[in-house]
Amino acid sequence: MKVTVRFFASVKEQLGRELEEIEVPAGISTVGGLRAHLRARGGRWAEVLAETRRVTAAVNQDMVKPGAAIKPGDEVAFFPPVTGG
Amino acid sequence: MVREVAMTLEHYPGMTENSIRKIAEEARSRWQVIDCTVIHRYGDLQPNDQIVLVAVASAHRGDAFAACEFIMDYLKTRAPFWKKEHASGGSRWVEAKSSDDDAAERWRLRQGSTKP
Repeated sequence: MKVTVRFFASVKEQLGRELEEIEVPAGISTVGGLRAHLRARGGRWAEVLAETRRVTAAVNQDMVKPGAAIKPGDEVAFFPPVTGG
Repeated sequence: MVREVAMTLEHYPGMTENSIRKIAEEARSRWQVIDCTVIHRYGDLQPNDQIVLVAVASAHRGDAFAACEFIMDYLKTRAPFWKKEHASGGSRWVEAKSSDDDAAERWRLRQGSTKP
């Protein structure tokens, strides 16, 4: 399935990317699974999306936990904890 | 609200607006509020720039003050904004502090949620 992935703030800067269409391999059905899939790219991806890093996720613009399901066409976002305005 | 350093305030277009709309609706369900308006800037901000305006209309000042404080606490802690401060030594992203959540915690907002 295909999903749109967006990155914000320090995560965006460190990855050097803000938007990407990703073909998610079969077997990956959660936000946490997608994060692990991206982490497996290695390099900066492994570093920025490491399990020890506090990275928050949203699906279709609602913040979710790592176990949240993703489906084709979803907009998934990864970003650092919000700091407020 | 004023700041001493220049900063860039990043937001998530769409999600940020919706989260502010939801918190305003939550305020209206908790207190007797006639209407409210929230204006929040994003992008590049200079020292002493005004950043946020929350206006609440109510027949009762107690409700107006409480609703306003509730919305402001949310904006300062849980709303999807990220601050990058620009000082002479360079720029840095402001880290989220758990102590920042204390004010919002009073209102029993769930951590990491845009929903009250």
